[in-house]
Amino acid sequence: MTEKRTPYISIENATKVFGGYVALNDVSLEIHQGEVLCLLGDNGAGKSTLIKVLSGFHQPSSGIIRVEGREQPIDSPRDAADLGISTVHQFGGTFPLMSLERSFFAGREPTKGWGPFEVFDSKTAGEIVVREMQAMGITRVTDGKRLVGSLSGGERQVSAIARAVYFGAKVMILDEPTAALGVKEAAHVLRIVMQAKKRGLAVVLVTHNVTHAMTVGDHFAVLIHGAKAADFRRGERTREEITDLMAGGEAMAELEAELESYRSAPDGQQPQR
Amino acid sequence: MSDLRNLTRRPEFAAFVGTLFVFLFFAYFGWPTFIKPLVTAGWLNVAAELGLIALPVALVMIAGHLDLSVGSILAAGAMTYAIITGYFGLPDIIGLPAGLAVGTFFGFLNGLIVTKTKLNSFIVTLAMMFGLRGLVFGITRLTTSTVLVSVKVSESVRSTFGGRLYLTFENAIVLWVIMALVVSWILYKTKYGNWIFALGGDETAARAAGVPVERVTIGLFMGSGFGAALLGITQVALFGSAQVSAGQSYVFFSIIAVVVGGVLLTGGYGSPIGVIFGTITFAIVSQGIYSTGWDSDWSSLILGLLLLIAVLTNNTFRRLALSAGDKVKTSISEAKSTPRKASSELKVTKEANRD
Repeated sequence: MTEKRTPYISIENATKVFGGYVALNDVSLEIHQGEVLCLLGDNGAGKSTLIKVLSGFHQPSSGIIRVEGREQPIDSPRDAADLGISTVHQFGGTFPLMSLERSFFAGREPTKGWGPFEVFDSKTAGEIVVREMQAMGITRVTDGKRLVGSLSGGERQVSAIARAVYFGAKVMILDEPTAALGVKEAAHVLRIVMQAKKRGLAVVLVTHNVTHAMTVGDHFAVLIHGAKAADFRRGERTREEITDLMAGGEAMAELEAELESYRSAPDGQQPQR
Repeated sequence: MSDLRNLTRRPEFAAFVGTLFVFLFFAYFGWPTFIKPLVTAGWLNVAAELGLIALPVALVMIAGHLDLSVGSILAAGAMTYAIITGYFGLPDIIGLPAGLAVGTFFGFLNGLIVTKTKLNSFIVTLAMMFGLRGLVFGITRLTTSTVLVSVKVSESVRSTFGGRLYLTFENAIVLWVIMALVVSWILYKTKYGNWIFALGGDETAARAAGVPVERVTIGLFMGSGFGAALLGITQVALFGSAQVSAGQSYVFFSIIAVVVGGVLLTGGYGSPIGVIFGTITFAIVSQGIYSTGWDSDWSSLILGLLLLIAVLTNNTFRRLALSAGDKVKTSISEAKSTPRKASSELKVTKEANRD
């Protein structure tokens, strides 16, 4: 994996300023197909801004984005979708009160008929959604009319991933996909992430969870205060080093020392400083 | 059997129960006056007129917005038609489309402001409600020096919009049925219906999924503007005059009908059939009171209570729909059980989560 390949997307020196506040500061990143890029960082480190730039919600104040080597601005979520960039939000980005078949195809409905009599093809949509969900291991979904809200958090996450894969996503951005999930469900979602990677998708995984990141990640980038603090490949850093980086380096060591002093202090007393 | 169970889980079921309840209530206390054709025509006419506004407003509300400006738009559409045909004596072929176009235009303006400024539609349409009322007053007074313009409605317009079908049953009922069919078709059969639900469910997710959020929002406000103007013109055709202060009561009536009809105030859920039942419920309560011999003031009390019950029922339904499947091991047959069963499952799930 050391030879130089053209990344599917590369961000070069992207800066994003919101009314004087620098949310992203000169960030460069490469996103390769068939790889999982883990985007790590504390709250407010600029992860969301970066994925919003990638998914067309924000445009960088300066810097360029290249797709397969060509300069290509992403001006809207529609542009991102046309480039095969699909974003799955924390809660699956789905619509709890819609049926699975309607939610799955929202914005890209299969239709039949013509003109004013062009209708939503519920039968096809239902068949496809059940097939895709089953293929992703959610076997209890047998009816496309089922409400999305009746699925568990993990199943909703998987349905959103299934949607991205079905519509031919080349880059899948997952925003904290495992944050609200139990251990088993999180494992299932990570397995789906690995499947997507094996299919040749580029996956951008945004997470707080170092264990999950280390399980599936090939390439890691850590953001601190909007700037890229580290960029390394699998096996180049230990878990402790990554955790320290995420928490802003020394800050974490200090905090741990303080916590330790609480633990060693006698009950009912503040630790001595 | 499972069909019956599914029926009780449909969004319009509670609205249907509400309609049945108020019908039986007034049939009992207003017996035998309440079931006479003239009384039936009375509430059906009220329902039909309200329905012309409530159905498009329901689409706006399912998409997660509110439209408080329908009253002023109604007056604007009616006054445009009345001034063109009644005051200037121009033909209907100019007056009718102009009235409808004015209503649709101010709906467009609502939608444009909401999408461009990202302000809450409550505030935008509240501003439109007052601003447009002032505009209609001002222009009407400047043009005609009055606030009431009478129209000698031509035979063709009267028979289409303002006529009677049979006894005192108004033609508005036909318009209502057409409106209901169009709105149901859009919501259930076309992709636009899907976009409306998605927009009300989660605007950001809808945008990310590729739904043209701006276009849909503007289109929906144009729809409610059109419905309001249509009702305004219908009323001119019925009464032979237009008043600048007409229509304000429809702002809240339409919201009551839509919410009693099972549409969630937060958007994302609802059905035109439910809204039709909600509209009928409203009409029965406001008209049925006259056949009981009670003071008509009491109808407001009943409407207030119904609205409160409806909102509580809607919220309960949403909670059930959202939590029915939290328990991963639930088999499909269990998941389809009745709401009562689902609520007991809910408790179990909550306890399980605590562990």
